[in-house]
Amino acid sequence: MRRALTNILLPAATGALMIAIWYAIRHGLSEDFKFLLPTPGEIIESLDDNWSILGRAVYNTSQGALFGFGLAIIVSSLLALFMSLSSLVRVALYPYLMILQMTPIIIFAPILILWVGPGLKSVVIITFLICFFPLVVNTTQGLISSDRNLVELFKMYRASRWQEIRLLRIPSALPYFFTGLRIAAVLAPIGALVGDYTAGSSAGNGGGLGFQAIIYSSQAKYPALFATAAVTCILGFIFVAVVLSLSWLALHKWHDSYQRTDD
Amino acid sequence: MTAQSPIVEFQSVTKSYGEGPLVLDGIDLAAQPGEFISLIGPSGCGKSTLLRLIAGLSSITGGTLKIEGREPNQESAELAFVFQEPTLLPWLNVSHNVELPQKLRDVPASERAANRNRALQLVHLADRGDAYPRQLSGGQKMRVSIARALTLDPKILLLDEPFGALDEMTRERLNEELLSIRDQQSWTAFFVTHSVAEAVFLSTRIIVMSANPGKIAHEIAVDLPQPRTNEIRLTRPYQDLVAEVSRLLRSVEESK
Repeated sequence: MRRALTNILLPAATGALMIAIWYAIRHGLSEDFKFLLPTPGEIIESLDDNWSILGRAVYNTSQGALFGFGLAIIVSSLLALFMSLSSLVRVALYPYLMILQMTPIIIFAPILILWVGPGLKSVVIITFLICFFPLVVNTTQGLISSDRNLVELFKMYRASRWQEIRLLRIPSALPYFFTGLRIAAVLAPIGALVGDYTAGSSAGNGGGLGFQAIIYSSQAKYPALFATAAVTCILGFIFVAVVLSLSWLALHKWHDSYQRTDD
Repeated sequence: MTAQSPIVEFQSVTKSYGEGPLVLDGIDLAAQPGEFISLIGPSGCGKSTLLRLIAGLSSITGGTLKIEGREPNQESAELAFVFQEPTLLPWLNVSHNVELPQKLRDVPASERAANRNRALQLVHLADRGDAYPRQLSGGQKMRVSIARALTLDPKILLLDEPFGALDEMTRERLNEELLSIRDQQSWTAFFVTHSVAEAVFLSTRIIVMSANPGKIAHEIAVDLPQPRTNEIRLTRPYQDLVAEVSRLLRSVEESK
């Protein structure tokens, strides 16, 4: 109980201190430069003013992030299963996964626009590309890292290949999978934002947060730009919180990372 | 000659890994059903390899090895292996861990549960079915591992230093429990150990092995009365046997 209180109060105090410093800096700026750093109050006000636009942008970006993230989870899991079957497959595919990861999105975006057009499709593909690598690398590592003694036990009881995958390889891979998922959950909203920034479109039901950022920036609406950043942060927090909860549900009963420490 | 045919029979068996030196050489050993055979010897004498050959986890290089008259690793030979480590699946609770071998053989759920309960009762863990391995002590984990091995009603039980990592008190208690389980069932046991006292207490026969390459150096019949309880450790015949096996083990270790 005391611990829980500390866990809430301590970050709250840090937050309060940071906001105080924020106001102090703002106070120190001369009138001509005050526009550079809007106060938290101004940002919240601007969030309220622009909510009809920003709300829709959040919806569009969330959609792109969710679809791209989901697609990356499905495809990376299937590919990881395939790669776990043999080291030859891994050797054959690994360099190309690296290349995929190295491809700069900024350069890839115009190509994508050429192929599938700007908008949701491009955003989903860019999010997918950004999330894919940490997922596939971690999950593959998990699938091939089962405890040797347990593998022997399965062999001893003449388990079929499929039984070994289902009852041993996949559960052993879960902690690794969730490590990848946590990284990808942080990347997904950023990926969707970058995707939207580079290949977004106002066609259909309007653009996402990245697209909106370009507009606010060109209109010199700086409090609204800060509000866009804040909303993106919150979106990222929600993604991470959901993944952390799922991870807790899947692992807390047995995995050492959730071992209770007595103190 | 007895009319019974041996359940496990080694004839001039040799074993080497790849192009490497011989790990086992000229192994002749026949086990009658119901025997409890301990394998003891310096490290590197191939005693664990011998168990792996019986289990079909590894194949022989030369000679013949028959399990119930057949080649090892045949579906029909019901044998169970208790490893040095408890090797439990950390994400399954005790009940599901114990049921695993049956699950792998598609035994129906109701039958699985009945066998699991019986096995957990044998190791005195009937009330810990919902616990996860990390909540158990070392001794309890080993008990779960033994219960899991017993669910398939094995004819041959292979134990590779199962109590090596436990403290002396727990080890003695589990020795006694293992014998009382054996009195209720009818498997043949091969037991690898480093403890002379444990080998004498449990076995009907002790095989002392020498290393480089692994060979059978001595065989000692243990004709202590059965069933055995801890009190036997205080008797003269038991202590004489411990002294005798210790002496043989020392002579093997010195001659290498």
